[in-house]
Amino acid sequence: MNAPVILDRRRVLAGGGALIVSFSLTGAFAQDQAAPAAAPAPKPPGSLATTPYLDSWIRIDADGSITAFTGKAELGQGFKTALQQIAAEELDVPFASLKVVTADTQLTANEGYTSGSHSMQDSGTAIQNAAAQVRELLVAEAARRLDVPADNLRTEGGAVVAPDGRRLAYGELVVADMLHVQAQANSKLKDPTTFKVMGQPFQRVDIPAKVTGGAAYAQDMRLPGMVHARIVRPPSYGAQLIDCDSSGIEKMPGVVKVVRDGNFLAVTAVKEFLAVKAMNALAAAAKWQETARLPKQDDLANVLIKLPSQGSTIFERSDPAAVGRKTIEASYTRPYQSHGSIGPSCAVAQFTDGAMTVWTHTQGVYPDRAGIAQMLKMQPSSVHLIHVEGSGCYGHNGADDAAADAALIARAMPGVPVRVQWMREQEHAWEPYGPAMVTKLKASLDEAGKIADWNFEVWSNTHSMRPGGAGCMLAAQHMAQPIAVPAAKPIPLPEGGGDRNAIPIYTFPNAHVVHHFIPEMPLRISAMRALGAYHNVFSIESFMDELADLAGADPVEFRLRHLDDQRGRDVIEKAALGFGWQRGQKPPPDRGFGFAFARYKNLAAYCAIASEVEVNRETGRPRLVRAVAAVDSGQVVNPDGLTNQIEGAIVQSMSWTLYESVTFDDTRITSVDWQTYPILRFDAVPDSIEVHIINRPGQPFLGSGETGQGPAAASIANAIANATGKRLRNLPLTRKRIKDAIDA
Amino acid sequence: MMTLKVNGQTYQIDAEADTPLLYVLRDDLKLNAAKFGCGLGQCGSCTVIIDGKAVLSCVTPLVLLEGKQVTTLEGLGTMSEPAPIQRAFMEEQAAQCGYCIAGMMMRAQALLQKNSKPTDDEIRTELQPNLCRCGTHMRILRAVRRAARLMDTAELSPSNQGSAR
Repeated sequence: MNAPVILDRRRVLAGGGALIVSFSLTGAFAQDQAAPAAAPAPKPPGSLATTPYLDSWIRIDADGSITAFTGKAELGQGFKTALQQIAAEELDVPFASLKVVTADTQLTANEGYTSGSHSMQDSGTAIQNAAAQVRELLVAEAARRLDVPADNLRTEGGAVVAPDGRRLAYGELVVADMLHVQAQANSKLKDPTTFKVMGQPFQRVDIPAKVTGGAAYAQDMRLPGMVHARIVRPPSYGAQLIDCDSSGIEKMPGVVKVVRDGNFLAVTAVKEFLAVKAMNALAAAAKWQETARLPKQDDLANVLIKLPSQGSTIFERSDPAAVGRKTIEASYTRPYQSHGSIGPSCAVAQFTDGAMTVWTHTQGVYPDRAGIAQMLKMQPSSVHLIHVEGSGCYGHNGADDAAADAALIARAMPGVPVRVQWMREQEHAWEPYGPAMVTKLKASLDEAGKIADWNFEVWSNTHSMRPGGAGCMLAAQHMAQPIAVPAAKPIPLPEGGGDRNAIPIYTFPNAHVVHHFIPEMPLRISAMRALGAYHNVFSIESFMDELADLAGADPVEFRLRHLDDQRGRDVIEKAALGFGWQRGQKPPPDRGFGFAFARYKNLAAYCAIASEVEVNRETGRPRLVRAVAAVDSGQVVNPDGLTNQIEGAIVQSMSWTLYESVTFDDTRITSVDWQTYPILRFDAVPDSIEVHIINRPGQPFLGSGETGQGPAAASIANAIANATGKRLRNLPLTRKRIKDAIDA
Repeated sequence: MMTLKVNGQTYQIDAEADTPLLYVLRDDLKLNAAKFGCGLGQCGSCTVIIDGKAVLSCVTPLVLLEGKQVTTLEGLGTMSEPAPIQRAFMEEQAAQCGYCIAGMMMRAQALLQKNSKPTDDEIRTELQPNLCRCGTHMRILRAVRRAARLMDTAELSPSNQGSAR
């Protein structure tokens, strides 16, 4: 990457003036003009609020090269390309003329985790505003040097241009600490009607390497002198290593070292397959004492509800005038589900001169650094985490654990780079799953067929056990002096965890929503794409169809009957129109139509999905034939990237919804590969998926990476109910469950 | 020592006979495209082409490969001179995380070499062994169809990129 601005002496001397100008310029920003002493200054938007210096986000070198910095990570969602578009747009430079540097604890802002569909809202907003303010500073500096009023200057192709044609390149204009100034609360953002880069379907910057065998992932790293490590994990949660004679293993060809620290067991070798062989031998030599402590899988819903829980009413509305006449109730369940990354987690670590460097596909380099530092009893400043892409994670998978594994082994081998990759069965058995959940719903219709009262209860673990503390990482849990798993905490509203999207977006005169937070975690769990919203939206939107049926109403019309939010109404109407949804429609034989809608977290992107599902009545096998989605994510930056996210959300959610559940006996996880945890394959891929985008020029970015998960699930469930006349409420909606329902 | 032909070049490989081809490609030859996904032949992310057929390199031991021609994604084309299948995946933006994509492309390439105009059903059937977790399937199918069209056109030109033996 480019070093920060390096200037020759002449430029530094010239810089004194620039610095003064940059301060005198502050009047250009409206909020700065008359800030009364008593009123707290308004904060700049997005992550500028916590990392306010402009040069934390945008740097311009003397040779004119430009770098944008983000504390978020590229996870395969294409966000790096979108950020490059934003920076290019507001700096008024061509897309290809700048680079984006992602999460690195020595280079970028601390933006926490890349999660919750926050990247565009936090980092995109910060870069947009920082770039706009940098551009203003450059124009002001050019105005000073050219002695032309700033209003008469324009920017073009990385230069400020005067009416008489004189040009000053950005690289010439930026001097010394000119960009090391705090962001103002307001920016002169470009008029969206003039956008040239934002809103266009730019091709992703990471794809060429990925389709030609370039080094694109942490898995592809090869450092000089690097050794390959493999872990021998316990066979089950809580298993204790009681004996392990590793003397023979260290004599195996290529083996460098066996590392044991309590229940943490690993081996390193000069070549990767020799490490795998040594791992197998070490696993055979290890004797473990296991404890049967897992709950009964076939009674999971009751197990969860009976665990101690902390109930809190999170939403209450009352209007005695609205009286229900017809009441129904239903309960919906979701099993534990796997992130199921195709590439098992991987990390490279090197411990040199008392400093630890870890290359990792974690979602949060800073929190993960804190965890690793705590585990190793090191100062965080001596631990450097660098994000390198990995296989898609869809939340908190094994990435952070692999980073901790690599660091713990590397500490035992000073100076030597250590690459760890998990095996398939380790990823499946040890990743923190998406939590199992139970919802109970009860609602009444009034005489006009409107919902008069609505009761919703959800039972769930937390949905984040991400590190920050070392106790969240397996290596730290397994060491001889283990660090305890920290107590689980619910994720507070308005975003929520188990209660994410538990509060209905619809307007009901009486509503009561209760979140039963379950602190005890029978299986290892954490954040999985959409968190509780997946099951809560599945429940709400399935139940809305059950109520529409009770009211004799069309499902789309019934939703609109209860929805005031205009942008929500727009996506519903758009999806219905695109699908060809008709009141009183009749699907072809053995097919059903379904509809569902949500606004992710009730504050991010809106998404409505209509679907057509075919059900084979003989076998029960369902197949999504086609889906039509409409999405509103505010100002669109890259429409093709957004479409890709929504297409992916529908296909992935279909796989969760139709096929997936983690299986276990009383001791061990038994879904440990793709045979025992089957996911969607090509024979089940729909004929078509259409995504309609409602662009909102100039409106804030609304995160859209997770908005499709819940609506896709409910839309498919509703289509299955429409096709079969049977309502399935327990995820996954397997072939067998459908067949049993048809036969019942 | 054994002799292995990869992407048109001959290599002397010093690895144990039971070493799966995947580890030889990644570790000895420093090739990135073929990926470790499961080591069990269940996901297809390690797919390469051997003598014209798509093969799961994670379960193919070195000892079986004497005298055979191995082609990896790197052997089809480069970033500056992409093969039709690579161009097609770029043009369709057929990746999210992309970890599975190299394997998908090799299996599709093997199909298109023996059947230049596959039906949609034939493409799906061929790709059945390969998993994608991001849900990029719609784009992968489009990219394979586009690659078929591009290869059809490329056959007319003398420098046909991307032929795997």
